[in-house]
Amino acid sequence: MAQQKWLQIHRPLSARARRVIGIASFVLPLLIWSIVSYVPWVWHPQIMITDPGSAPYLDVGAHLSREGFDNEVADAQREGRAPPRGIAANPVYLPAPHQVLRAFYTSFTTPPPTKDGQWLHQSLWHSIQIIFWGFVISSAFGVPLGILCGAYAAIARLNEPFVEFFRYLPAPAFGALAVAILGIYDGPKIAVIVIGTFFQQVLIIANTTRKLDPALLEAALTLGTRSRALLTRVVVPGILPDLYRDQRILLGWAWTYLIVAELIGTTSGITWFITQQARYQHFPNVYAAIAMIGILGLGIDMILAAFGRRLFPWDRSLAKGA
Amino acid sequence: MNDILLPRALLPSYLEQPEAVRARFEKLKQREVILRVSQLSKIFASAEKRTLALKDINLVTHRREFLCVVGPSGCGKSTLVRILAGLEQHTSGAVLLDGQPVTGPGRDRGMVFQGYTLFPWLTVKKNVMFGLEVNGHGKLDSEREAMQWLALIGLEKFADAYPQQLSGGMKQRVAIVRALANQPRILLMDEPFGALDAQTRCRMQAHLLEIWRKIDITIVFITHDLDEAIYLADRILVLSAHPGEVQELIEVPVPRPRSMQQLVTPAFLATKARLEELIYIGRHAPAEEQDEDYPILARMTNVADNVE
Repeated sequence: MAQQKWLQIHRPLSARARRVIGIASFVLPLLIWSIVSYVPWVWHPQIMITDPGSAPYLDVGAHLSREGFDNEVADAQREGRAPPRGIAANPVYLPAPHQVLRAFYTSFTTPPPTKDGQWLHQSLWHSIQIIFWGFVISSAFGVPLGILCGAYAAIARLNEPFVEFFRYLPAPAFGALAVAILGIYDGPKIAVIVIGTFFQQVLIIANTTRKLDPALLEAALTLGTRSRALLTRVVVPGILPDLYRDQRILLGWAWTYLIVAELIGTTSGITWFITQQARYQHFPNVYAAIAMIGILGLGIDMILAAFGRRLFPWDRSLAKGA
Repeated sequence: MNDILLPRALLPSYLEQPEAVRARFEKLKQREVILRVSQLSKIFASAEKRTLALKDINLVTHRREFLCVVGPSGCGKSTLVRILAGLEQHTSGAVLLDGQPVTGPGRDRGMVFQGYTLFPWLTVKKNVMFGLEVNGHGKLDSEREAMQWLALIGLEKFADAYPQQLSGGMKQRVAIVRALANQPRILLMDEPFGALDAQTRCRMQAHLLEIWRKIDITIVFITHDLDEAIYLADRILVLSAHPGEVQELIEVPVPRPRSMQQLVTPAFLATKARLEELIYIGRHAPAEEQDEDYPILARMTNVADNVE
């Protein structure tokens, strides 16, 4: 009965169903991960050695493929030696949930391996700054240009064909160029995020501006509004809630450029942390760091969404949505 | 069609005016001319074809007159009012407001649209203040005036509400005073009550007449509802379709003050019969595909099972 109600096109869910299904969207992937990690006969393609037996080249904790392990056991038995023993295990690159959970805490408390290294929270803060400046610089030009393109057909025609072309150029491709121009530190990283965000931003905001109800413009005109005031008093406030929503989506895209951007020049921020940990095969830490990016991104978006509801009390779709 | 038309022979002529009505029209025509439209034509040109939407429209409106414009769908009545507002350019002819040619939209011609066009991001009060502020009034000044207008229509309680919190009728009342706050010479209304339910529409019509009585304003009101036109108007401009031409300018013989009881008086019915004659049985045969008759359907029920 309840399931039937859930699966009806365009029918909104009850508050309770929304909450339950929303939690399930996180619980389900966690559940699959746990099953793969903790149920020995699901996947587990390797054997972790617990007792090397008579094989001198096996260490406790080493991972062998099942086939290799079986060969070792067969060899030992044939030669009458003590066979090695081990338990079914997943590859090291797939840690179990509890290991990752522990890494969430320990990665913050572990000091950096080198003197000039950074603590995790410093790395994260550095990444957030890169994103922030990249997004602010992109928005400072992209938002006004997008609004002008949406409002004036001539400006749109002058800009959009080129912007349309440029947005297909992958932002990381400009990495080497950015390093040559802006040096090896934060400059080129911010530049890549700007390039990755700006061109999409212009087109999306131009489109949002065009969707403003023309009847509102006509009403303003018949009230004696002139061209300049029409832009500042009708167009801008009229699209503001949608513009805010666009900015939230674009900020999400900026995050996706972060890792590539941070690899350019000297590796920095959360990317530096991830590559370091992967080099030493500290995979729980790698997963923890990746998950932190997701939590940060989603957290910031949720804060912005809540902020938007207070900012635009007249906007119905915002009040209900997300 | 003939079943619903009243026996015409029993009705007086719509041209017969009671003495009071005749005197009113005499007085009205003495007043200054606010709006003069002469030989106005509008051609919509697209790549494929040129459509003559309005042809040689002539019209004079006096101060404080209530003029309704009716006509079949496609007669260009909305185009006409949009040209008067300056939202649309005419192809030839002239539109003069107080003798000055209309070239674009301006504060001297207020407009109320069929759709709700209150600015959703502004409160009711700030919506009414909008026209005043963009025309250079100070904030305090605008606010005081806006509150007076809201008091006039009894919506001062909703001054700080957002438009989405109002009912459809309330939105249109605010839209009317938003236009009036600019003190325009003429108020243009394009089917303003078309989206409202029947009961609200009736109340809005009475409300509009009350506003019109109390304020020095000339109104041009577009509608396709004939009862509404007769109930509100001093004169009714009847347009024909394809192209939109003036068929007749009818002086409504129903005396003022108007009330809903007058809907069944002989003068009202005679005027309505004339309007129906002009619009439905008009001299101009339907020309465009949209006016084709709907098909007679093949029967899909049991022959014995009749509903009428």
